[in-house]
Amino acid sequence: MTAKPHLFPLVGRLLVYAVLVLASVFFLLPLYAMLVTSFKDAQEIRAGSLLALPHSLNAAAWSTAWSSACTGVDCQGLRPFFWNSVWMVVPAVAISTVWGALNGYVLSLWKFRGSDTLFGLLLFGVFMPYQVVLLPMSQVLGWLGLSSSIAGLVLVHCLAGLAGTTLFFRNYYAAIPNELVNAARMDGAGFWQIFWRIVLPLSTPIVMVALIWQFTNIWNDFLFGVVFSGTESKPITVGLNNLANTSSSVKAYNVDMAAAIIAGLPTMVIYVLAGQFFVRGLTAGAVKG
Amino acid sequence: MKNSFETWLPKLVVTPAFVLGFAFIYGLMVWNGVLSLTSSRMLPNYEWAGIAQYQKLWEMDRWWVALKNLGIFGAGYVGGSLAIGVVLAVLLDQKIRAEGALRTIYLYPMALSFIVTGTAWKWLLNPGLGIEKMVRDWGFAGFSFDWLVDTDKAIYCVVIAGIWQSAGFAMALFLAGLRGIDDSIIKAAQVDGASLPRIYWRIVLPALRPVFFSTLMVLSHLAIKSFDLVMALTAGGPGYATDVPATFMYTMSFSRGQIGLGAASATMMLATVAALVIPYLYSELRNKPHDR
Repeated sequence: MTAKPHLFPLVGRLLVYAVLVLASVFFLLPLYAMLVTSFKDAQEIRAGSLLALPHSLNAAAWSTAWSSACTGVDCQGLRPFFWNSVWMVVPAVAISTVWGALNGYVLSLWKFRGSDTLFGLLLFGVFMPYQVVLLPMSQVLGWLGLSSSIAGLVLVHCLAGLAGTTLFFRNYYAAIPNELVNAARMDGAGFWQIFWRIVLPLSTPIVMVALIWQFTNIWNDFLFGVVFSGTESKPITVGLNNLANTSSSVKAYNVDMAAAIIAGLPTMVIYVLAGQFFVRGLTAGAVKG
Repeated sequence: MKNSFETWLPKLVVTPAFVLGFAFIYGLMVWNGVLSLTSSRMLPNYEWAGIAQYQKLWEMDRWWVALKNLGIFGAGYVGGSLAIGVVLAVLLDQKIRAEGALRTIYLYPMALSFIVTGTAWKWLLNPGLGIEKMVRDWGFAGFSFDWLVDTDKAIYCVVIAGIWQSAGFAMALFLAGLRGIDDSIIKAAQVDGASLPRIYWRIVLPALRPVFFSTLMVLSHLAIKSFDLVMALTAGGPGYATDVPATFMYTMSFSRGQIGLGAASATMMLATVAALVIPYLYSELRNKPHDR
């Protein structure tokens, strides 16, 4: 790696840096515009430039977005939606991660005849368009008495996330040397003992990957949220969309931007704190093996 | 006794995953297929209607608009993300100072919800106060950038926002691929007197083909499933000018009371994804080197 030669001679390197910096401007500008807009008042937005700094750090739009902006008929801001998302995300992430770990453990270290084929069939769940489950699933949730409830959303997210988390753990555990597990079996260790004593202590990185992946996916989900939730259980993405698309005479872009940042903040914080696990999740989902 | 239990235990542990997982994936898939062959409207019913819903679907102008938009969006979003991603990855691989910071900047949009992205770009692209006004204020009074409200151009706004969100993802995959290429090949080519651009063109980029292929796969299926971004940015409008199959399915099933038609459109989406992904999954699972 260190010996890899430069593609461009010295003069060209300036150009390389110029392109890279230009690209980062493209990626950062929307975030910057969101931030400055969220601190302006309506008058300032109309009069000033998109990129101008606000005159003062006016947090009025933020408190409106959080607690009093209208999202359709009721005007309680994003707060109730935010907490709905929290109550949905925590159990869904926990259950799907534990479930995926157990499945991955069996499918890599306790393979049985046909298990690879079964896994391959499960893998289609990573790619399938969820549109095909929407109509039947809303009937199933009705029968289970879970229509329009957070519990129903948790169930759907666990089922939808199952293929992905199983894939993560299976591929990760496939790299554990067979000798290690065989030796433990010789010593009389059973299924659960091997899992607790050998496999789980090795799992911290992949558990982080799965947790962060599931958290990001479920927090950011809109499709299941908009189809399966009711008035009392809408997640934050649905709240944000309703807030930003509520037709009122005057568009309050400062409130929209504050609301968008609030909705994006949890996943952004996790990305900044644990970005490497997020990237590993992305690449593991794409490049298997 | 213990032995037979020990052999059954692993199977018992994965049983719920396969039973519930297959019911969710394949059971509901078939069920949706059945619904698409019924005359269901506001509520699901099971009156056989043959392929009437599919005939209706393919006669609808709105469905064709959705398909055309998917074509434009798919080509622009996948092509744009791949192109920007590979360029950024190659440039970042030149021993760049602050590479980590740049990578973080390129990739952060991927951590955001498409709803957040859509809301942000709706503000930037709105003709009255966004980028158009900014450029006019700079002195280009005749500048016009009102694609978001232009029936023919609005879909390109979705493309721009989509690329903004996903180009960093393609970059990350390509960079991982570049880091996996053996340096000695490059050095050997250099000893032979090949120029560096030529080495990249003839050796490095071809070596990235598998990465290119899986990135293409992931981005394409995201494009076919894309729903949130359109909902947040244009809500399918103006009119239904930016409808894509996913928003078509949603509108028909949940606000127009055309459940049979919605199910038929979902089946078409499934068929498209399956045609794309099944050969890929099959080959991925077939030649896995570390399988045991």
